Order: sequence, then structure tokens, then C-alpha cells
Amino acid sequence: MHVCGSHEWAITHFGIRTLLPENVEVRAGPGCPVCVTPAADIDAAVRLSMEGKTILTYGDMSRAKGSGMSLFEAKAAGGDFRVVYSVHDAIKIAKENLGREHVFFAVGFETTAPPTAYEILEGPPRNLTFLTAYRYVPPAVEAVSQSPDLAVSGFLNAGHAATVTGMKAYEPCFKKTRKPMVFSGFEPIDVLISIAMLLRQITSKEPKMDNEYTRAVTWEGNIRAQAAMDKVFDRVDGYWRGVATIPSSGFKMRDEFLDCDARARFGVKETPGSEQFIPQARCGDVILGKIDPPECPLYMNVCTPSSPKGPTMVSAEGTCKIWADHKILASMRCRI
Amino acid sequence: MCLAYPGKVIELEGDFARVDFGEGTIRDGVNVSLVQAKIGNYVLVHAGYAIQIVDEAEARETLRYWSEILAAIPEDRAAIERQMKGGLG
Repeated sequence: MHVCGSHEWAITHFGIRTLLPENVEVRAGPGCPVCVTPAADIDAAVRLSMEGKTILTYGDMSRAKGSGMSLFEAKAAGGDFRVVYSVHDAIKIAKENLGREHVFFAVGFETTAPPTAYEILEGPPRNLTFLTAYRYVPPAVEAVSQSPDLAVSGFLNAGHAATVTGMKAYEPCFKKTRKPMVFSGFEPIDVLISIAMLLRQITSKEPKMDNEYTRAVTWEGNIRAQAAMDKVFDRVDGYWRGVATIPSSGFKMRDEFLDCDARARFGVKETPGSEQFIPQARCGDVILGKIDPPECPLYMNVCTPSSPKGPTMVSAEGTCKIWADHKILASMRCRI
Repeated sequence: MCLAYPGKVIELEGDFARVDFGEGTIRDGVNVSLVQAKIGNYVLVHAGYAIQIVDEAEARETLRYWSEILAAIPEDRAAIERQMKGGLG
């Protein structure tokens, strides 16, 4: 199993599954940040946009629906949002419009959190707050490795997230679960070599924390980025949409940064009770890697890239969107 | 969210760099505060920020290893060697 939308894209785009032996299967785990952002957080962003705040976020996020409208739909209803490429753009826009409240809807994993942490430490403009919904991947890998349903034999770890955290962030999980792990790059040949390395660990029954992506991943990772995250965020339990609440997998802004926290400034309550997906949709099972997209009854009939019904079909890193864009209509379960 | 692209730092001013991603794609204003980049370094850029420096020695070693593996496939050898030449440097 891998836990990275970018890995799913590389694997699907380069037809890696078609090259594997029949008894080797690569499953897409919960590696799509837009997909796992709770409906309640999206609803909060939509509410704020309808109340006259300008929401700033990445393109994919604006098209994901919570329990009601997406930000994109809210715009048609009078709400305000703008797509940004980076948190730096959000700061620039807020500075250019000092008369208006701006909220950066900060979604992503530990690859994306450091720049936001850095900008919060630098002191953003007073009219910019952050609605953070970051998730931390190592605890999710640990949770998934303990699932008897999923029966994962080994993990292809997300290379770019690991450039930030270092391999060390996975040591507790590895010590506990002893599941084979390879930190993998994103070129197709990186992925193939990583799969070979995993198979070697599995067949020799010698699980390790192996590094295929040596040109970018180190044991220590990016200390500056880690320090920025540690200064700004506490790690708390995080709800992964349609999956579960995973301990220590969420980021909450520390009290000294309350001024930057949209949840504090605008009274956003934690209400995980919102409906996560539309009836019949199996987004949660796809996110977790329990099923392939074609096993969802809505895939490519009701739910398509031009008319997405759930976040896994909205996001460029969602398994459904990736498979649909590549016109894959059948499951690829291994035949043993 | 692992969409990060490697590019070469061609100019540097304070916290910001001009980064060349190859094939004519150059981006200004890449924030390099999270790494210790120098001109000539390759960095991984994610959403406008450099998150890590690409170890050039390791990259060259990786590319060498790959060309060994790929050269073992005779039909593909010529095409692959042409592609490899477009790699680092």
C-alpha cells in the first residue's frame, strides 16, 4: 500500500500495475489531503465565505463539497473565494485588500504544513487568519497497518512528505508493526525499484525501513521545516473524512497564535457530525484502500470527473479521479 | 500531497530564488527559507516553497544505477540513453 495521491498518479499513469506479477497488488491508501478533509471544515469555510470573508485555498479544495455546497458553488451564491497556488499568494492578496477579512483554508499533509507554519511565525497581516485542517501521515500508516481487513504486507512511503519529516518519523510505527517499508520517489522507475525492494524484504522476512529516494530523503529530514511546525502546531487527534479519528494525526494551532487562527476568530466549532458523503457513495472505502473505484456503484455513471459527487473524484490526488482520467473501468485485484 | 518538482536555483536574493525546472519553465519568487540553498543547488519545490535540497551526488548515483538497469533491456537501450542524457546537468 502507498499513502500518497502522487504515487497513485504515477502508478496509474505509467501502468505500473500492468507490469506486476499476478500475486502482487499495490493499493492506494489514504494519501489525498482534499479527500480526507472533514466535511465540517469545508462547511465552515463555505459559511465564512457566505459571511463576507474571502476564502483562499488550493484549486481542488474549492470544488470539494462538505455536507452542502462546495466553495465553488458558494461563489455562485454570493460567497467569496479565490484559488491560490501557495500560502505566499494568500498573504499577498490579504495585504492588497486590508479592508476585508481573509481566511486561508490550509489543507494538506506534513509536506504542506511547514510553509504555512513559517508564514505564521513571520507574522501575517492582521486581516488574514488560517483555517487549518492539516493531517499527519505516519499515524495513518500505523493505523492502516493494524487493520486485518486491509492486510497490508508492506508500505511504499510518500517520498516528499518524508523529505520534510525524515525517515525517523516512521520509526515508532515501524518498531510497533514491523511492516516492511520503503521510502519511494515518484518517477516510474523509482516506484518499480521500491516495489522490488519491498518484495525482497517480504520474501526474506527481513522488514526494514529502506530508502529508495536517497537523493531527497534522509533520516533526519528538514530540521528547519520540522522546527517551524513544532513551534506553531500541537499534534492532536484528527478525523480523516470517511475513515476514522486517528490519534496524533491532526494539527492544532498553539494558543500563542490564536490571533492567526480562523477557528478562534470566527467561532468555528468542532462538529464532526456532518454528513460525510452522499448516499450510496463509497468514498470512505476508496480513501482507505478497501475498494477500487469501480467497486463504488456511482463510479463513472453518476459520478464522473465533469460531474464529481465526492472528494475522491474532485481531487487530482483522489483515486477515483486518477482512475477515471485514465479511463479505468475495472478493478485490478490480484488473483492468487 | 506530494506534488513537488526538482529545479535548479539560478538566482538567489534573500529568502527568494529563481528556479529553473527545465524545458523553459522558470519560476521566480520561490521561497527558500526552509532550506539552505545556494546557487546551483537543485531543490524540491512544493506550492512555492523549497522543502528540501536534492543531493546531487546521490542523484547522479541514482541515475547511473538506473541506466545500468535499463541498459540491460537491449531493445530499450538507445531510447533510454537518449532520455537519460536529459537528466541532471
